[in-house]
Amino acid sequence: MNNKLKQLDEQAVQYIAVGAAVLGTGGGGDPHIGKLMALEAIRKYGPVRVLSPEELADDDLVVPLSMIGAPTVMNEKIPSVQQMAMPLDLIEKELGRKVTAIMPIEVGGGNSLVPVLAAAERGIPILDADAMGRAFPESQMVTFYLDGIDCSPITMADERGNGVLMHAIDGIWEERMARAITIQMGGSASICDYPVSGAQAKQSAIPHTLSLAYDIGKTLFESKDLKQNPIEALLEQLHGYALFQGKAVDIRRRTEGGFTKGEAVFEGTDACRDRMMRLFFQNEFLLATEEGKSLAVTPDLISLLDQDTGMPITTENLKYGARVVAVGFPCDPKWRTPKGLDTVGPQYFGYDVPYVPIEELAGGKGEKL
Amino acid sequence: MTWTIIGHEEAYRIGIDVGGTNTDAALLDSQLNTIHTVKVHTTRDVNEGIVESIRRLLSESRVNPASIRYAMLGTTHCTNAIVERKHLGKVGLIRLGAPATTSIPPQADWDDTLKDAVGTHAYIVNGGYEYDGRTIVDLDEAEVMECFARMKGQVDAIAVCGVFSPVNTAQEKRVEQLAKQVLGENMPVTLSHEIGSIGLLERENASILNGALLKVIAGVVEGFEKALQGFGIHAGVYICQNDGTLMRSQYALAYPILTIACGPTNSIRGAAHLSGLSNALVVDIGGTTTDIGVLAQGFPRQSSAAVEIGGVRTNFRMPDILSIGIGGGTIVRAETAKDLVTVGPDSVGYELLRRGRIFGGDTLTATDVAVKLGRYAWEGGMTEDLDETICRKADEVITRAIEDAIDRMKTSADDVDVVLVGGGSILVAERLEGVARIVRPDYYDAANAIGAALGEVSGETERIYSLDEMTYDEAKEAAKNHAIEQAVLAGADRSTVQIVLAEDIPIAYLPGNALLVKVKAAGRL
Repeated sequence: MNNKLKQLDEQAVQYIAVGAAVLGTGGGGDPHIGKLMALEAIRKYGPVRVLSPEELADDDLVVPLSMIGAPTVMNEKIPSVQQMAMPLDLIEKELGRKVTAIMPIEVGGGNSLVPVLAAAERGIPILDADAMGRAFPESQMVTFYLDGIDCSPITMADERGNGVLMHAIDGIWEERMARAITIQMGGSASICDYPVSGAQAKQSAIPHTLSLAYDIGKTLFESKDLKQNPIEALLEQLHGYALFQGKAVDIRRRTEGGFTKGEAVFEGTDACRDRMMRLFFQNEFLLATEEGKSLAVTPDLISLLDQDTGMPITTENLKYGARVVAVGFPCDPKWRTPKGLDTVGPQYFGYDVPYVPIEELAGGKGEKL
Repeated sequence: MTWTIIGHEEAYRIGIDVGGTNTDAALLDSQLNTIHTVKVHTTRDVNEGIVESIRRLLSESRVNPASIRYAMLGTTHCTNAIVERKHLGKVGLIRLGAPATTSIPPQADWDDTLKDAVGTHAYIVNGGYEYDGRTIVDLDEAEVMECFARMKGQVDAIAVCGVFSPVNTAQEKRVEQLAKQVLGENMPVTLSHEIGSIGLLERENASILNGALLKVIAGVVEGFEKALQGFGIHAGVYICQNDGTLMRSQYALAYPILTIACGPTNSIRGAAHLSGLSNALVVDIGGTTTDIGVLAQGFPRQSSAAVEIGGVRTNFRMPDILSIGIGGGTIVRAETAKDLVTVGPDSVGYELLRRGRIFGGDTLTATDVAVKLGRYAWEGGMTEDLDETICRKADEVITRAIEDAIDRMKTSADDVDVVLVGGGSILVAERLEGVARIVRPDYYDAANAIGAALGEVSGETERIYSLDEMTYDEAKEAAKNHAIEQAVLAGADRSTVQIVLAEDIPIAYLPGNALLVKVKAAGRL
């Protein structure tokens, strides 16, 4: 955990793709496309340098690059090479200076590896940080928003060569406008928002999250070879909690406003026999309860892992009979502030439960399986 | 009492399932009753085993070859060709994607051995649609024709894959015409919308592999038809698909990829027929493994995970199968010192009749245990020397492993019905935890061949609908009608066509209420 990632090569990309799916907490899209884009870029341009936030100069220009829209669409209408460069070009034109580093806006799910292609092509580093520390569904759900950083200029591009430059008064307006443009662009678009200075990135971004995703992926892969329990190894490494072990016995999904919402019920097995867990999701897993009592609450991370392999399971792929271990990790402290909880706490998503940090819910037990 | 009409000759059908170890064949009458089954070893030249199985089926049943109307074949030929990278044709690919999709070129995740076998004649040209069928950019026909001109003499088949072609097929169809124009009428062309569902790279991979397998399937169909003719059988010839339905041999010639992994599916379908159940777990116990599948409305439940074949990610439907290392030949070991009995995962396989203890061999197997405990009376089986305590302990381990696997495949906490098939099913006790009923049908060791013979043909559709423009019910209805037409097109009798699967998935992160609807219809020949 102390060895920070220095560069992204093909192996690192493979690890990060798996780690990002764990940090995606069931949502954020499949990292498969981002992974293939990154691998292709590395084969063509060589490994990409990874910059630790401490290495940033205060006047660096750091720009997050991501995809917005439906992962299903991105899996079919794969981004073009130019589409990944254009939002950066538009930012540079507007600000009259070069981008010195690119960063992922969210480390969870498909967006974790999206910046690699543009960084490789430009020969600039990728920042070992993101603005969520996990995955969230909306544009304003970033630490930059909590810290009052201007989200503008915002730039977007489609594959045809259309580009958009926007100024939004805040992240919530950005979300409204960008989502509308995404529909017109065919359901999937590239976007840069929150261009920040090196100083702002150091102050507001969540550091070392690419390294974290790398470590998670590495642990899961290596556990297989070392024949150790991958989930125990992961919990130890991340100071996480095993919330529940069981089998999915009921899953209900519905669509509201373009989001897949629902809940799943798990029947306990092994140490959890005769217990039941309910898991509520809106693209991401947001709330786990047992007998009406919270086990973990957003913005703390809740992931479902396959009982045998430790590999992450998404809300879309969760099916009846799946044998899982639900695990929880503490979120970044920024999310636990009043503004953080207003933005991504349980009430925002419509769950009438108070937020209680996972450490308190677990009674400081650090429960083992 | 049924009447036998004098002078009316019965219309029989035969089903053959070629597996890795055995080739099974079954003869069914027009009421789909099983008349006879045979089992022969799968030969290196697969066709020899097929010929031998038909020969024995005819001579042992004494059925007039002229009265056989349908012949169905399920085979591992295509899977083997991909896994072994043998006999594959060279394929030229046109991806209708530019300006989109350029960040990941075709065959990006293929290993070099497969690229060498299939060739790398892939081009990304202008084209493609949005999820709602709007055109992204028009085809540039001159560009497409130039690509084909460059492929001339280099490829045996063409594959075409366009962005969102399952939603709008027009561009792919136009490119097929252009291919024939440049490369000749006889150049085979695979269109991706006929092969797979949403997910460009997976559908593209499956389409290329389909093109590469055309020669393989042509050999299979030709060999099978020749064998049938050689025995005086003039039947309609059908090939099994991985979803449990059949396609005409002429249709199979164009869609070989759809035959991949039909074996487990045939077992599940056969088990459904033999047991009369349409919702159950099918537990197929062979010599080395136990394969558990789910029978839902008469068809195998499909896996939702991406399926890799020979290291290539594809997205066509495969049955959801859980395999565990318990079979009739599984080796049982007893460590008397530690009072410990272990089972498997290794097996004596087809050597069971030589190496098993009850046959005078030196290896204690799961079959020996079952016979010792009286599950099955094996004539001449020598059980006297076997230690009953060890056998009881081994049986506990075997039973628990099978119970646990059954529990994993259940869809709810309720007890389920289990259909036991396969030669190894004698291992299983009278009762299993979590199981309501255990059904052991007749002909349980030829369920795969019987499944092959059953003869339903299907059609399916997968489209994205916008619920801003139509109601949910209208969208489902439109999809159902399309699937029914596809089934009729594939040869199903319209009056027997039923919807066998209908599911819809709201597309995440996309307002406008886009709904992905998948429907499948199937009917009798």
